Amino acid sequence: MPQRIWMIMWKEFIQIMRDARMLVVVIALPVLMLVLYGYAINFDVKHLPLAIYDQDRSQASRALISAFAQSEYFTMVAWLHNNPQVTQALDRGQAKVVLVIPTTYSADLAAGQTTAVQVLVDGSDATTASTAIGYAQAMVQQHSAQIAVQALQGAGVNTSGVSLPVDNRVRYWYNPELKSTNFIIPGLIAVILMMLATLLTSMTVVRERERGTIESLIVSPVMPVELMLGKLIPYVLIAFFDVMLVMVASVLLFHIPLVGSPVLVLALSGIFLTAALGIGLLISTVATSQQFAMTVAVMATQLPSVLMSGFLFPINSMPPKVQLLTLLIPATHFIKILRAVFLKGSGFADLWQPTLFLLLIGGVMLGLSALRFKKKV
Amino acid sequence: MTRHASDDTALRAIAVQGLRKTFGELVAVDGLDLTVQSGEIFGLVGPDGAGKTTTMRMLCGILDPDAGEAQVAGADVRRQPEAVKRRIGYMSQRFSLYGDLTVAENLRFYAKIYHVPEAERRRREEELLAFSRLAPFRTRQAQYLSGGMKQKLALACTLIHTPTVLFLDEPTTGVDPVSRREFWKILYALLKDGVTVFVSTPYMDEAERCHRVALMDRGHLLHCDTPAMLKQQMQGELLEIVAQPQREARGVIAAHPQVRGVQVFGDRLHVWMDHTDENETALLTAVRQQGITVAHVRRVVPSLEDVFISMVAGGQR
Repeated sequence: MPQRIWMIMWKEFIQIMRDARMLVVVIALPVLMLVLYGYAINFDVKHLPLAIYDQDRSQASRALISAFAQSEYFTMVAWLHNNPQVTQALDRGQAKVVLVIPTTYSADLAAGQTTAVQVLVDGSDATTASTAIGYAQAMVQQHSAQIAVQALQGAGVNTSGVSLPVDNRVRYWYNPELKSTNFIIPGLIAVILMMLATLLTSMTVVRERERGTIESLIVSPVMPVELMLGKLIPYVLIAFFDVMLVMVASVLLFHIPLVGSPVLVLALSGIFLTAALGIGLLISTVATSQQFAMTVAVMATQLPSVLMSGFLFPINSMPPKVQLLTLLIPATHFIKILRAVFLKGSGFADLWQPTLFLLLIGGVMLGLSALRFKKKV
Repeated sequence: MTRHASDDTALRAIAVQGLRKTFGELVAVDGLDLTVQSGEIFGLVGPDGAGKTTTMRMLCGILDPDAGEAQVAGADVRRQPEAVKRRIGYMSQRFSLYGDLTVAENLRFYAKIYHVPEAERRRREEELLAFSRLAPFRTRQAQYLSGGMKQKLALACTLIHTPTVLFLDEPTTGVDPVSRREFWKILYALLKDGVTVFVSTPYMDEAERCHRVALMDRGHLLHCDTPAMLKQQMQGELLEIVAQPQREARGVIAAHPQVRGVQVFGDRLHVWMDHTDENETALLTAVRQQGITVAHVRRVVPSLEDVFISMVAGGQR
């Protein structure tokens, strides 16, 4: 390697190692973020607060209630005795779901007639509400099927051979228990590394400008490309260390299965990091102060990586033009890669496309940085 | 590093013709012509905003001039800025050191950046550390050095690749007098190696130590000569007058027909005038008529500072 690049790398390394704050950012920050967000971000809807208004108070109504209460999706929080209480329970947020059983419930069942129960759901949180409705519907259906079977048995029909004509058998691949952490954590790894990597390099050139050392670099025979590579490579190595740190923590703390090849994950991480670090480097050549660089780095990476990368919201449901935009975000491609390798065990043959995008972004960023860095004051 | 200068330019380390630079409305350097001989210490003197740093940056190839030509160490600053950069050393106003690197690491860094061969680097490093008396501090981080030591380290870093022309932009600003003296000793020692030194300074006592001095003000070159010749060029004589109240005295003296200029130096007034004994008597009479007490009058040998202030004042008139 040309000795100038080597020397700049060596210098950057020494500076990082002697900067205590930098070491905290490099080691503590990624793990802290992983743990904090890993536990906080969770799509699983469980233990929804449920209130009951049982107008019937019969054995039949209690059977339905106990079906709800025994499931892990609902937790009984209150018995209600009149309509104003129902409104109150939902208004106050005491309950997310209220089950209202009408007075005619047991009588209708006994008469062999179809009866109705009312499920009131707090729809202000749409995601939780639709999940709750799904659970409630499934619960009521299951219960009514049971009642039907019991009725047949009571009529002396042998039900051992009776079954529903069409049985819908769904199997979830890659994440059989549908644990949302398995989906969230690989994305979270990408988001954390994206922010960290950009932050690391965003300050590197502007720091020289702030301290005045840039002038002696400009007046030296060093070439812009040498300077950019010399500054980039140490951070690639450091960020690589963070990749391993975060991945080991994910497997140990959140029990994320790593089905695919760890070597592939690391190799593709290297390409992703070059893209993210390149963005930071470009910011650094444009910024006038370290503070400004840091703000831009966080703004440019955090929000797009969280909202537009497919981390939380599926890209397929975004408008087509926005979908094109998501291709510019390195996290989009890295999240695809991580989820595929971690959960599906995909190989490189399935992943060349996101890899190509990452290579392109990295190359363009590095090239622009070297062009931006003029050897003039 | 070998000498690249061809024979006919060997004696001219720096040649500048009609150099000009503007920043928007501001003309920072205007029509600058000067020549610096190889192996001399050349001083660029002027008040803040005179265009010293701009001139120096253009000569180092890191700022493009709007007009004019400049050759430094045999290379053209416009067409061959990278060749210029290889042959010169430039110490900017803020000493460009990495505070979190040690003395030895700073030297090593700049040596490698300039591709100094390893054996040469070791020899040069020892030489410069001894020279600047920084050897005992080689493992200390630059940020923990005193101001004077930082400045010597910056100079050592600038010299590690043995440049032929050395540019120093106000190198001793903010450095204590003892360190300044020591710094200049080092500069004189460099001349033995044939290094040309181009130094800007706001200090007149330093300007007096240069072989030749260029006085610059608001982008223009006022005069360029040896310190002694510059002083001789001044017409008239310099009187030192102590009078009370000083403000009134200054007003009366400045209005006097034979007086070319008045400057305040603490409790003394320096008065340039076309001197004859009659003129001096007439002036003192005029002052005393205003009820001003004159405590002390004497003729003094002008310093470069007097010359400079007088020239700048003349230029502004």
